[in-house]
Amino acid sequence: MTNKVITITSGKGGVGKTTATANIATALAVDGARVVCIDADIGLRNLDVVLGLENRIVYDLVDVVEGRCRLRQAMIRDKRLPNLFLIPAAQTRDKTSVSPSDMVRLIDELRTECDWVLIDSPAGIERGFRNAIAPADVVVVITNPEISAVRDADRIIGLVEAEEKGPVRLVLNRLKPELVKREDMLSPDDILELLAIELIGIVPEDEKVILSTNRGVPIVLDGKSQAGQAFRNIATRLAGQNVPFLNLEDRNGFFGRISRMMRSGGD
Amino acid sequence: MSTFFDRILGREKRSARQAKDRLKLVLIHDRIDMNPGTLETLKDELIEVISRHVDIDPGAVHIKMTQDGRQQRLIADIPINPSGRRRSRKNV
Ligand SMILES: Nc1ncnc2c1ncn2[C@@H]1O[C@H](COP(=O)(O)OP(=O)(O)OP(=O)(O)O)[C@@H](O)[C@H]1O
Ligand SMILES: [Mg+2]
Repeated sequence: MTNKVITITSGKGGVGKTTATANIATALAVDGARVVCIDADIGLRNLDVVLGLENRIVYDLVDVVEGRCRLRQAMIRDKRLPNLFLIPAAQTRDKTSVSPSDMVRLIDELRTECDWVLIDSPAGIERGFRNAIAPADVVVVITNPEISAVRDADRIIGLVEAEEKGPVRLVLNRLKPELVKREDMLSPDDILELLAIELIGIVPEDEKVILSTNRGVPIVLDGKSQAGQAFRNIATRLAGQNVPFLNLEDRNGFFGRISRMMRSGGD
Repeated sequence: MSTFFDRILGREKRSARQAKDRLKLVLIHDRIDMNPGTLETLKDELIEVISRHVDIDPGAVHIKMTQDGRQQRLIADIPINPSGRRRSRKNV
C-alpha cells in the first residue's frame, strides 16, 4: 500500500494543524511532487488564507460531494507552485454535509492523479474528525508541549488506533527550547514517553510563522526560518528519507538524544 | 506533594516535572476509561473474591495500573498467608 494520503489532526484546537498542512504541502510541492491539500474543516475554513488563495475560490468540497461541480473544478492551483492545489472547505455549511464514505470516494479519485493528498482536519473527535481520517494512509497528530494538548493528542491516538488506520506519527509544535531547558516546559522526551508513538517532527515557536500567515506565504518558502526548516524536514521524512532532528538548543542534550534515538531506531 | 520546607528550600519540583507526573495519571485513567475511585472499588472487590478461596492480608495487597507503550496493564501483587497460619489462627 502506498502512503500518499496524510491526515493532519490534533484533538485540541489551535495547535497548528492548518499551518502544518500548508507548509508540508508546500514543501512537498517545492520538491516537485504533485500535491492536493484538502480543507476538511467545513464551516471554519482557513487553509485558503494560510496559503494565500482565498480570492480564487469558486467551488468547494461540498459542491463536489453534492455534484455541483467536478473534482477538477474545485482544485485551485497555487499562485507560486503549479503542481500544488487546494480543495477548500465550504464556509456556510456544517460537518454533516460530508460523510466519511464521501471522503473515501473523493480521495480515491485523487489517488490516481497526484503524488500526495494532505487533509487538514478540524479539532475535536466528532464528525469532522471522522471525515478527515476515513481516507488516511498515515495520520499525523499535532500537539503543543502543554498538558491539555498532550492529553487530547493521546485521546486522538487511541481513537485512530481503534480504527486500525495506518501509521500514526507525532509532530510537536511550538516548542520553546529555553523553557524546556529551565524545566518549565514538557520536553520531547517526556511527551514521547507518555504518548508512546513515533515522532516525525519538532517545530519550534517562531514568530515568523505569524508574519508568513499575515502574508499568505507559507514559512517553508523562507529559507532562513527554523520553523520552515522543521516543516521541510517533516516533508522529507514523510517521503521516506531520514533527516536528523534540528539542533534547536545546543547546550541542552535532549535534541541530540532524540536524533540519536531516531537514527538508531531507523525507520 | 511538596512540603513547606521543600518550598522555602527551593526543592519544589519544576513545573515540567509536575506536568509530566499529572499527565501520566490522567492518561492512565483516560485510556482505560476508569475513574480513580473505580479502581479503589475494583481493589476491594478483588480482595473479597480472593479471600473466599485463600487467606490473604488485605493490607498487603498492591494493585496498580502501569503503562507499557500504549498498552495499560493492571498489576496485582497479592501475598497469600501460609495455610498453617490460617488453621492456627482459626483455632485461637
Ligand atoms: N511554530 C509556530 N510558531 C508560532 N506560531 C505558530 C506556530 N504554529 C502555529 N502558530 C500559530 O498558532 C495559531 C494556530 O495555528 P493553526 O491555525 O495552524 O492551528 P489549527 O490547529 O489549525 O487551529 P484550529 O483547531 O482552529 O483549526 C496561528 O495563529 C498560527 O500562526
Ligand atoms: Mg485549522
